[in-house]
Amino acid sequence: MAAITFIHPNGRSDRVETSDGESAMQAATRHGLDGILAECGGNAMCATCHVYVDDDWLARLPPMSDDEDALLDGTACDRLPNSRLSCQIRMTPALDELVLRLPERQV
Amino acid sequence: MTALGSSSTTSAVPHLDVDPFAIEFFADPFPTHEVLREAGPVVYLDKWNVYGVARYAEVHAMLNDPMTFCSSRGVGLSDFKKEKPWRPPSLILEADPPAHTRTRAVLSRVLSPSVMKQVRDGFTAAAEARVDALLDKRSFDAIEDLAEAYPLSVFPNALGLKTEGREHLLPYASLVFNAFGPPNQLRQEAIERSAPHQAYIAEQCQRENLAPGGFGACIHARVDEGEITAAEAPLLVRSLLSAGLDTTVNGLGAAVYCLARFPDQWQLLRDNPALARNAFEEAVRFESPVQTFFRTTTREVELGGAPVGEGEKVLMFLGAANRDPRRWDKPDGYDINRRTSGHVGFGSGIHMCVGQLVARLEGEVMLSALARRVAKIEITGEPKRRFNNTLRGLDSLPVTITPA
Repeated sequence: MAAITFIHPNGRSDRVETSDGESAMQAATRHGLDGILAECGGNAMCATCHVYVDDDWLARLPPMSDDEDALLDGTACDRLPNSRLSCQIRMTPALDELVLRLPERQV
Repeated sequence: MTALGSSSTTSAVPHLDVDPFAIEFFADPFPTHEVLREAGPVVYLDKWNVYGVARYAEVHAMLNDPMTFCSSRGVGLSDFKKEKPWRPPSLILEADPPAHTRTRAVLSRVLSPSVMKQVRDGFTAAAEARVDALLDKRSFDAIEDLAEAYPLSVFPNALGLKTEGREHLLPYASLVFNAFGPPNQLRQEAIERSAPHQAYIAEQCQRENLAPGGFGACIHARVDEGEITAAEAPLLVRSLLSAGLDTTVNGLGAAVYCLARFPDQWQLLRDNPALARNAFEEAVRFESPVQTFFRTTTREVELGGAPVGEGEKVLMFLGAANRDPRRWDKPDGYDINRRTSGHVGFGSGIHMCVGQLVARLEGEVMLSALARRVAKIEITGEPKRRFNNTLRGLDSLPVTITPA
């Protein structure tokens, strides 16, 4: 279905195919991607699946909940205006070729 | 999971003669876990007249369908619709949405990632001091002197508890987790002896007994914001006192026991102390300090292909799900490099452990301090198991450590 390109802090990139209805975090962990921890398993409780969203895509993502907003204040790397939790990005065909940048660390 | 309707496709539920709350079971639950998993996706336990699920898929699905598998009728065997609860129900653990949503939000914010950043340095310093003290002793009980002593040195202070009376904390927590079980000797004796512990806890939950700036005071401050009522705040503090200590004690105990039993994994941790956090997480998967919880069905439902009626208790074997070979490679191995995300040692879904970040912080900083300062952990006597209807852990673990 939709593909995501994850860009690591060193510039290396990984392109992963997602399955219908899974989150960007689930796609990343299913493919064994380094850089997404997801300690809470996708329950929006830990802020260890932090990503920076490429500007072109930011406005096209589902809106941020209050819970996600509060969690982003606790990320290990700085929160930026384009910070999101990848467990809260539900993949749809409209998000095909999404680009997400990974922070230096998650804890 | 679909609603019942196509009953022609549903299968018979195997009845098993297994008591998952017996001492013999607690002593070595793993062979029985396998029997439960292999018998089918859902089983019936005649001993207590409950359904059980021990495979990862069904446990995970139930945890994530709280409207069908509710918590408000109790997450132990006792059905609050039929029996009076032994204590006033928890406003978070034993509640369903929408009531649960509001109280959960309060505790989530009090124990959030940003709060963990604030307490991290203090928790780290205490872990290092504890390891230094243990290096002076060399030989000690890794349960009392480490797994209990360390959380007791940080968590009650972080909560803002008074110094006096803290000896009631572990007995109260043990009581709470025994009370989720059936009316066996463990539960009955715990409740018979509960009065002084309950009195202490009720008193400490009051606003005037909680130091400013602590987790407890932060909960009470939400009353001023109108998020919870003054009557609700003490019960939410009680949740932290019930679930915030014995769980991390057993998690830390599990981690040290694992690292002492698997020297190759200890060496990996020594070589790379950054693995400390995952080494703790993997210990939570491997030993599952919280072994079980119940849910109650709110309607007829098809579970693992079998029809289950309304008002039925279903026992979820978290520990068995965490070693289900359908989900995990080499599930019976302790592997600190494993991708642990998705294990159900902290549960999953809306009731997933609200204190999981505190647990991980304690686990990480303690294992990191050990890895940096200790060369070797040797078990020097027979480990003794502690029996509880819900919690899995040791009573004593004699060890000798060698400085790095």
